Amino acid sequence: MATLTEPVAKEREQQRNLVEMHWDPITRIVGSLGIFTKIDFSNRQVAECYSTSSIFRGYSIFMQGKDPRDAPFITSRICGICGDNHATCAVYAQNMAFGVATPEMGEWILNLGEAAEYMFDHNLYQDNLVGVDFCEQMVKQTNPGVLAKAETTAAPHSDAHGFRTIADIMRALNPFTGTFYREALQMSRLTREMFCLMEGRHVHPSTLYPGGVGTVPTVQLFTDFLVRLTKYAEYMKKVVPLHDDLFDFIYDAMPGYEKVGQRRVLLGCWGSFNDPSVCDYKYEHMSDWGRKMYVTPSVIVDGKVVTNDLVDINLGMRILLGSSYYSDWENSGQTFVKNDPLGNPVDKRHPWNQTTSPRPQKRDFHSKYTWVMSPRWYNKATGEHLALDTGGGPIARLWATALNGLVDIGYIQSTGHSVKMHLPKTMMAPAKEFEWHIPKWSNAIERDRARTYFQAYAAAAAFYFVEQALDAVRHGRTKTWQEFTVPDDAIGCGFHEAVRGVLSHHVVIRDRKIANYHPYPPTPWNASPRDVYGTPGPYEDAIQNTPIFEENGPENFKGIDIMRAVRSFDPCLPCGVHMYLGNGKVLETRHSSVFGLHD
Amino acid sequence: MPTQTVSRLTDRPPDVKELHVLWITAGLSCDGDTVSITAAEQPSLEEVLMGAIPGLPKVHLHNPVLATEVGEEFMTYFHLAERGQLDPFVLVMEGSIPNERIKDEGYWAAYGTNPDTGQPITTCEWIDRLAPKAWGVMAVGTCATYGGIHAMAGNPTGCMGLSDYLGKNFRSKAGLPIVNVPGCPVQPDNFMETLLYLLYEAAGLAPIIPLDEQLRPTWLFGKTVHEGCDRAGYYEQGDFAYEYGSPKCLVRLGCWGPVVNCNVTKRGWMRGIGGCPNVGGICIACTMPGFPDKFMPFMDEPPGAHLSTGGIGTYGKLIRALRSVTNSTANKEPKWRHNGRELTTGYQPRTY
Repeated sequence: MATLTEPVAKEREQQRNLVEMHWDPITRIVGSLGIFTKIDFSNRQVAECYSTSSIFRGYSIFMQGKDPRDAPFITSRICGICGDNHATCAVYAQNMAFGVATPEMGEWILNLGEAAEYMFDHNLYQDNLVGVDFCEQMVKQTNPGVLAKAETTAAPHSDAHGFRTIADIMRALNPFTGTFYREALQMSRLTREMFCLMEGRHVHPSTLYPGGVGTVPTVQLFTDFLVRLTKYAEYMKKVVPLHDDLFDFIYDAMPGYEKVGQRRVLLGCWGSFNDPSVCDYKYEHMSDWGRKMYVTPSVIVDGKVVTNDLVDINLGMRILLGSSYYSDWENSGQTFVKNDPLGNPVDKRHPWNQTTSPRPQKRDFHSKYTWVMSPRWYNKATGEHLALDTGGGPIARLWATALNGLVDIGYIQSTGHSVKMHLPKTMMAPAKEFEWHIPKWSNAIERDRARTYFQAYAAAAAFYFVEQALDAVRHGRTKTWQEFTVPDDAIGCGFHEAVRGVLSHHVVIRDRKIANYHPYPPTPWNASPRDVYGTPGPYEDAIQNTPIFEENGPENFKGIDIMRAVRSFDPCLPCGVHMYLGNGKVLETRHSSVFGLHD
Repeated sequence: MPTQTVSRLTDRPPDVKELHVLWITAGLSCDGDTVSITAAEQPSLEEVLMGAIPGLPKVHLHNPVLATEVGEEFMTYFHLAERGQLDPFVLVMEGSIPNERIKDEGYWAAYGTNPDTGQPITTCEWIDRLAPKAWGVMAVGTCATYGGIHAMAGNPTGCMGLSDYLGKNFRSKAGLPIVNVPGCPVQPDNFMETLLYLLYEAAGLAPIIPLDEQLRPTWLFGKTVHEGCDRAGYYEQGDFAYEYGSPKCLVRLGCWGPVVNCNVTKRGWMRGIGGCPNVGGICIACTMPGFPDKFMPFMDEPPGAHLSTGGIGTYGKLIRALRSVTNSTANKEPKWRHNGRELTTGYQPRTY
């Protein structure tokens, strides 16, 4: 239930009965996030939203002066569900700085580990955390009318997943007691075993090093992975149609639901899975090897690719402040990198040149209200600082891969407008092809739908990687790690896709030590607050104007539509979104509130 | 009809019928320990919550990553516990405890919003409210136990482990010291098995949990990584790896296994799969109070290792004596982890 804070005044011109409500903490995500809102119950719409985080740890500060070889081990600890994405990205960035490339076999092992991570993490998040927002227990409390309709709606793909009605699917999603909930939890363990085979342990891997991996490649290793992969593929043949049925039903049962969590199509994807035949980790060749990644990088604006060049993507990054608890570095901090290795100028607000100076202070929604900064992407064609989102990862990855038409590995084919994923025959199920089509909206339901399709994508990609790895091991190409020396002075950057979206690491090395290190995971992009130009971050933007479909009034309001909007982004930060929902009782009296007077 | 003469232990109603687990992830954490325990199968979370193991109290879990409830509805349990209306409960702390005393205002870590002020409630405030009322207190993961990665030299938050914050002599309502289950993250089954032990204790079926000086369960942390490592045979033969990816002993490449208390090489990570040195990862000592500073740079050979690997021919008492010295250093936290008013990590704040 949301928390009533203070009754607030009604807006001037309209009869907008604004009620402040907050949800702090947002549960069923990783990290501490709070959301503060004003809700217009007369028009059944969210009017304002502020996203705030409640944790500061200071990685960029305590990494200074440390040995850059330690970066993968340290940065993994940033995230407790996708720490390996950080370790991998740190390996990429150190490889560039050290002038070393991971050998072919090391790259297949990394790709298999990361594929297993996507399979695990999306699975756990989708069906054990997000799924609860769609489960029978929840829908009974928020939308009894919708549950009644679900009871009488036959599931179109019941032959594939075995559930007769939509309500049966919802019951199966009930936490702990639901059969599908428990099956998903068990499947999250099988996929973590696959991960552990490649990267040693979950969630902070033990076998990743700059220069490659320490995993010993054997026939046994890849066979152990493959047999588990076939079980997961068989499972996905049921899970994709199950989610299509559930999500299509939501649109049918609540016309207009496409507006929930909808925002302009402003998507970022930094690419995933390097191709060892072209990836030499040299910045000078990054545009080329970036386009050969098995998930294509891109910035997408209004449904069109603005760039798929990692050098452009890199140079466009800007870290803005405005509502965050830090001092600015524009005029005081060091300029570590004036030009990139190609001679292009590097902005003072670029991560290579960022200086982090924390300034803890009271939370004030008129001024500074969060520990999250505001990463933006500068579009040099239009001069805009774009508040890109990742849509929780999958929607951006599939959208970018679909539009570019560059991936074709048999199991996966990008068509220019869709992505086809082929899962081979498994013990009890024939071969199956899924096709993800570019959706009409960037909204909550499509972010969630893309997640289930990307689970199939990761599995399909893993079939390709495991074939490549087995071929290499059978032919004796078993070198997993390349020796290097740490240079006195160097810079590096790594681009990857964390499970929930874009991930970059930027390192500056001086005297063989880290002089500056700034990781940018997906959630700072998604959970960012209003920046210095007043542009809200993606959660704030997506929740503002979200319509309310919940059948409850303000007294026992759960905020389910807002929860679905927030969780569609797969928030993962030691960070929070708080929502304030007023009570809808006495709205005429002006009181100071968490937001302060809002006129 | 024969009558039953030997009573079944599991038919006995547990001393404590129901027990709440209040789990705070809002230390300086990554939530990796919570995620880790969802991987556990010995026992699994759902087995404990759904009463699959006989003789134990009914367990209600309140963990933000897994909860159905959101916001204040979720926080209700914490408020009830604070008022003494949710009894008994086990407090589980995840994440390093920041030092909120080294600055004038604001917060490093917070959990929920104070309805009176509209400001966040700091995590430290929650610990102060709940720890004295808890039946038992557990610290999960190396951040909460000893400070861990966020308590590295040069950190800006002055953070520390829970026993640095509450004091080594802390005792819960049931008279228990803090129970530490370190690991970065915690090995899934290690935590669930420790929780299970405490549930047996609450049920009246087990004596007080055996802990070592660092408050770790003795049966889990009494051996070193090296003693369980399946590469120890290479060590014995003086056959060392000189590049990563080799199946041989990793000591020359930075493995701290010989002096680190951890069972991962025996237990693996999940169902015996994975781990660290036995699958090609150097032991970076992530379970230890001295982690990470005393073991960095991780990829260099540990200082004592050269002597011991060189002296492998005269294997025996000498090596064990030398290792015991290193082991006792590794079992100590750095001196800057404290709850004083000065930040002594080496970071010089100019903005707070």
